[in-house]
Amino acid sequence: MAIAGVDAWVLRMGDNALVLGQRLSEWCGHGPALEEDIALANTALDLIGQSQMWLGLAGEIEGKGRSADDLAFLRDVWDFRNVLLVEQPNGDFGQTMMRQFLFDAWHVEMLGALTGSTRPQIAEIAEKSRKEAAYHLDRSQAMVIGLGDGTDESRTRMQAALDLLWPYVGEFCTPDALDHDMAEAGIAPDLDTLRPAYLTRLSDVLAEATLTRPESDFSHKGGKTGARHSEHLGHMLSQMQWLQRAYPGATW
Amino acid sequence: MTTASAPPPSSCLKFLGSSRAEPSTGPAGHNKGRASIELVWSWLDEVPDPEIPVISVVDLGIVREVAWHGEDLQIAITPTYSGCPATSVISMDIETALRARGIDRVRVSQQLSPAWTTDWLSDKGRARLEEYGIAPPTAAGQPERCPLCQSANVERISQFGSTPCKAQWRCRDCLEPFDYFKCI
Repeated sequence: MAIAGVDAWVLRMGDNALVLGQRLSEWCGHGPALEEDIALANTALDLIGQSQMWLGLAGEIEGKGRSADDLAFLRDVWDFRNVLLVEQPNGDFGQTMMRQFLFDAWHVEMLGALTGSTRPQIAEIAEKSRKEAAYHLDRSQAMVIGLGDGTDESRTRMQAALDLLWPYVGEFCTPDALDHDMAEAGIAPDLDTLRPAYLTRLSDVLAEATLTRPESDFSHKGGKTGARHSEHLGHMLSQMQWLQRAYPGATW
Repeated sequence: MTTASAPPPSSCLKFLGSSRAEPSTGPAGHNKGRASIELVWSWLDEVPDPEIPVISVVDLGIVREVAWHGEDLQIAITPTYSGCPATSVISMDIETALRARGIDRVRVSQQLSPAWTTDWLSDKGRARLEEYGIAPPTAAGQPERCPLCQSANVERISQFGSTPCKAQWRCRDCLEPFDYFKCI
């Protein structure tokens, strides 16, 4: 069954994992403690592994012979389809953990729903990734609670991180035409059905962390459509893709 | 894929013994006289995990299928963690080990579903992990005891460790840190 846009939609899953994985790996060697450094690198590794599976599938469905590596290293900003949240800079450790929690909580809901996809390959990747995502969420959630309900300093920083990142949460839950097509074909869930569980978890965890959820529902968008990425993505890609840009086609 | 998936490795030898091919000993040229499936499993049980060499890839539960398709030996493996760099090394090690046994036509494929779980670790593998100083996974999600002094008085240092499959714990009695094989 040929449904247009499946590759484009799978690209969103792959790019979310790739861009966040790259962001987290920027922490390697800079974590506040050895254990945290290792945890961030391990989380990054899981995400990059997941991205390889998603991008490999996107290339296969597209049918133009592009591999996961081709998609990761040979596209520029406007061709990326990740949500804006994951490309935001790391900031301090608290900001990184807040970004991680906001992503993980959504990721677990999305992957859980995708295990029921009508596309067996999508369901299989989701089944594999979901366990890893649940493990990530355990940690990022505990960290947000620990730092939020921590010292005055850590609480202030976590509230600032939440205020900064909150306007990026809406993009996860706001379906566009492609999301609607995928939901109709049973390939991906209707985003409206994910929203209640996602927002309930956010509310519960933020309450336990003694943090105040911002009132505004204003939401940045344009990442998953590729229409309006933030300036940060280009800087990140210039590092991530440096080798292929300097030595096109290099392999080892 | 038309063949059935492998049962857990602890019982695979019982289930997969096949009488349809005569065993081959030593290099046999172009797969002349196909080795029995049972024999292939025993060879695979000698291929060590590259990160934790005291257990085999069979102990780890990642070999999901061994089957002959005509002259080709088909091996399906499943990754432990999506990004684990050991996965590609394992594929290569399996091919190398089987070539050394005279099987030239080996196809190693990756199978994602059902997703790997630590429930597939063999009992032999669990015992060897503990002897090696790595606490084996438990359903409770935490080590039963310190693998060095057997004390149950243990605490978590970090949910993650030196490889994707491990977390860091510490014994409050002997004070030694140790690895715990994460339960997923």
